[in-house]
Amino acid sequence: MSELLTPSQTVGPYFAMRLPWPGGPYVVEPETPGAIAILGRLYDGVGDPIPDGLIETWQADPNGRFAHPNDPRGPILDGDRAFRGFGRCPTNHDGSFKIVTLKPGALPFGDGRTQAPHIDVSVFARGMLDRSVTRIYFPDEGAANAADPVLGVVPADRRGTLIAAGGEDGLLRFDIYMQGPDETVFFDL
Amino acid sequence: MTMSEQGLMVPDSGKLVLPEYAKPQPGNHPPLDSQDYKSTALRHPKQPLVLLPQRLTEVTGPLLGDDLITMQDADLTTQHGGEPQGQRIIVFGQVRDSGGRPVPDTLIEIWQTNAAGRYRHTREHHPAPLDPNFTGVGRAITDQGGHYRFITIQPGSYPWGNHYNAWRPAHIHYSLFGRAFTQRLVTQMYFPGDPLLPFDPIYNSVPDDKAKARMVAEFSIEDTQPEWALAYRFDIVLRGREQSLFEEAHE
Repeated sequence: MSELLTPSQTVGPYFAMRLPWPGGPYVVEPETPGAIAILGRLYDGVGDPIPDGLIETWQADPNGRFAHPNDPRGPILDGDRAFRGFGRCPTNHDGSFKIVTLKPGALPFGDGRTQAPHIDVSVFARGMLDRSVTRIYFPDEGAANAADPVLGVVPADRRGTLIAAGGEDGLLRFDIYMQGPDETVFFDL
Repeated sequence: MTMSEQGLMVPDSGKLVLPEYAKPQPGNHPPLDSQDYKSTALRHPKQPLVLLPQRLTEVTGPLLGDDLITMQDADLTTQHGGEPQGQRIIVFGQVRDSGGRPVPDTLIEIWQTNAAGRYRHTREHHPAPLDPNFTGVGRAITDQGGHYRFITIQPGSYPWGNHYNAWRPAHIHYSLFGRAFTQRLVTQMYFPGDPLLPFDPIYNSVPDDKAKARMVAEFSIEDTQPEWALAYRFDIVLRGREQSLFEEAHE
């Protein structure tokens, strides 16, 4: 019935010609009240930084809503334009990336349960034939994280790879390990 | 059971009915660990993936567009003071989902080499000439029927270090968002009859031959503009929405 999909291919080493743009890492301007910065590094299987990767983030607004037709609740507008929710940052020579955003709100799972605040992440790089998908959770949401239906199915000894560290001064740390003893949990979407 | 074209809320129940995007068939996408493409070795997850149910964050996605685009973005031959070197081509097509529905208003980003096989990038050291009149980057947004169109230059082949005498077949990189996080796709468009295709580990990383063929554009004599440019059709198929179960909220 359904058509075959166009297959995924790697972004290759030269995506930086096109994909990054100056405001890409800034989901909101840094001076926005409540702005947080998520800093991290992307590492390969021998612990070397990946200098030619691309991190993309997608998340709900601080009310846990999306300005998108598939969210039947819609956004609560408190400004001229809806929160865009999308961040994009190429990794630096040392594998580092930074996303400046607002912390998303908790949101319904759809069956009566609640999802803890989270950010969906796509990881692209030369040497990756398809994106790898992970999630960022927040360190100051202990109770919500413990009740989160997605974290709940992640093996307990690996859950920590999905929870950012820090939290003081709005600075969070989220390193991504493609392999190794600290391999980040990646999802089958 | 009903068809959910977009998210619905079941009154007074707290339940949401969300669209569900079909899983790719086995062999449709390349494996992340692909021995012949050597750089995958240290860059693929080794632990089993955890199933992520498609909920609000996954069935929504960035709807980017107007503020990122100018008219010139879709014509890679007019971005500088003069005409670029090489064969002028029109690359066009339709973005649709696997259920055959057009995907409208979605951002497409492309990048490619110039006619000599050289990327305009600081890490590129292939000793082929740069073209002062060609950058090799474009953007377009699909129309209501999912259609898009670029004017560009036939890209060249170039050597890479994967194995002895490795050359990439000519290609154009494509990045698409679709309408949901589940539909995000980065791919490459290849040219029909390229003699390098059988030798390319990236193209051949896709297990299913019919899926692999989806990445090869079709030459279109009908859409060629006489005395001016050749034309290639490249349709792109993203994950489609499936029928989702509508569970009645029982008292």
